[in-house]
Amino acid sequence: MMSHETESNYSPPPPGSQPSVGHEVPWTTLAATAVALLILTWITVAVAQVHLGEFNLWVALIIATIKASLVCLYFMHLRYDRPFNRIAWVAGFAFVALFIGLTLTDVVSYQDTVYRPTDTEYAPARERAISSNVQPE
Amino acid sequence: MADVTHDAAAAAHEEAHPPHVQHHFENAAQQFDASKFGMWVFLVTEILFFSGLFCAYAVYRRTHPHIFELGQYFLDVKWGAINTVVLITSSFTMALGVWCAQRSYQRGLVWCLSLTLLGAAAFMGIKAIEYTDKIMHGKVWGAGFNPVYHHEGPEGSHAAAAGDADAEHGDAAHGAPASSGDHASVAEAATPPAAHDAAPTEEKTQSADPAASTDGAAAAPKIERSKLAPPPPGPRGVVLEAIEPETDPKLTREEKEAAAYAEARRRKDAHIFLGIYFAMTGLHGIHVLAGMVVIAWLLKGALQGRYHSDYYTPVDVVGLYWHVVDLIWIYLFPLLYLIS
Repeated sequence: MMSHETESNYSPPPPGSQPSVGHEVPWTTLAATAVALLILTWITVAVAQVHLGEFNLWVALIIATIKASLVCLYFMHLRYDRPFNRIAWVAGFAFVALFIGLTLTDVVSYQDTVYRPTDTEYAPARERAISSNVQPE
Repeated sequence: MADVTHDAAAAAHEEAHPPHVQHHFENAAQQFDASKFGMWVFLVTEILFFSGLFCAYAVYRRTHPHIFELGQYFLDVKWGAINTVVLITSSFTMALGVWCAQRSYQRGLVWCLSLTLLGAAAFMGIKAIEYTDKIMHGKVWGAGFNPVYHHEGPEGSHAAAAGDADAEHGDAAHGAPASSGDHASVAEAATPPAAHDAAPTEEKTQSADPAASTDGAAAAPKIERSKLAPPPPGPRGVVLEAIEPETDPKLTREEKEAAAYAEARRRKDAHIFLGIYFAMTGLHGIHVLAGMVVIAWLLKGALQGRYHSDYYTPVDVVGLYWHVVDLIWIYLFPLLYLIS
């Protein structure tokens, strides 16, 4: 960046000025968001102590998503930002969902054909490999 | 004469663009928008970067759910929760720093950036505590996986080694099935981490279920052998689903922990949970460290008065990065620490 300091007529704005670009999120909004996040964290930990079986994972993920939304909308001020940035951000998550979702459906579909060698079946081959230092195929 | 023209030229240049707007942009607003959009695209790539590990987590949790239930006994929720609070607070101070920069409050900005840096350092400190505890007690992936349940032994690994010898004698009649085989097979897995000296190889080959009589300390609870006997093998020679530490309400917390440790040692795949844990939190930790370096650079600029209402873009985009780091931890915390 070129240095203009020596003969610059430009002087930075005084403290308390409004930003000339972008949008200012009031600090009260930021503080309220922080408090909400801490409360939600406490709720997450508290709910995890209760045994809901299957639901524990989903409840935890839902609360995490609410927290993530608060961080995105207010801390990252997506709510006041250009719509195109919002689209780009959400598109990233859409691709992550596609990635994990399709991988899971694939993995789940062949689980009952997976051969899991047992200890007794594995043991002789392992012993031979270890004792004779032969590389198993 | 030369001075007049020079000043006039400088003034004209000044009219064209203030010093913080670079020459390839039309104006400050366009520069701001372009910088923000560039940062958002980078953050999308960061999310996709982490999604690989989240996908691995999802696949393993779907196909080996048991190791995640056992894994919860290796982690301490307390540290995870404290880290979450620390990171959320540092995210708040970072957002506040952006606000200070927007309003040209230089002192406020310096304070906020310093507090954010402090929060990040605290996070890494707690991570160091957790990692040290795990590495010292054999809770690592691969060949170093040798978790021994001990109820506050005097010296961590020493008690574990002593406990192995004790358990071996105590379990001679117990006849745990081929548990020495476990260690040979996990040795074929990923390369052992640098500090797996918590469990020397000799101990591993002779260790059986440590169960109750682990460290020689008197504090170890007495657990009935029958409660911890592994179930009889099924038709294919081994039982992958074993005793559920949670389902027997009569077991105390210590008994459940001891049973979980015994079960984890018996299985071939229990160490994968720790591999996933270290990979995800390690990658996240690297991002926190990188964030600390960048925030320190911002702090230097803030002390020089470079950021104000007309130009706070670097503070803004680094803030976005820091919030993504917080976001990832918001998802990591329940997935790793709050499994039940």
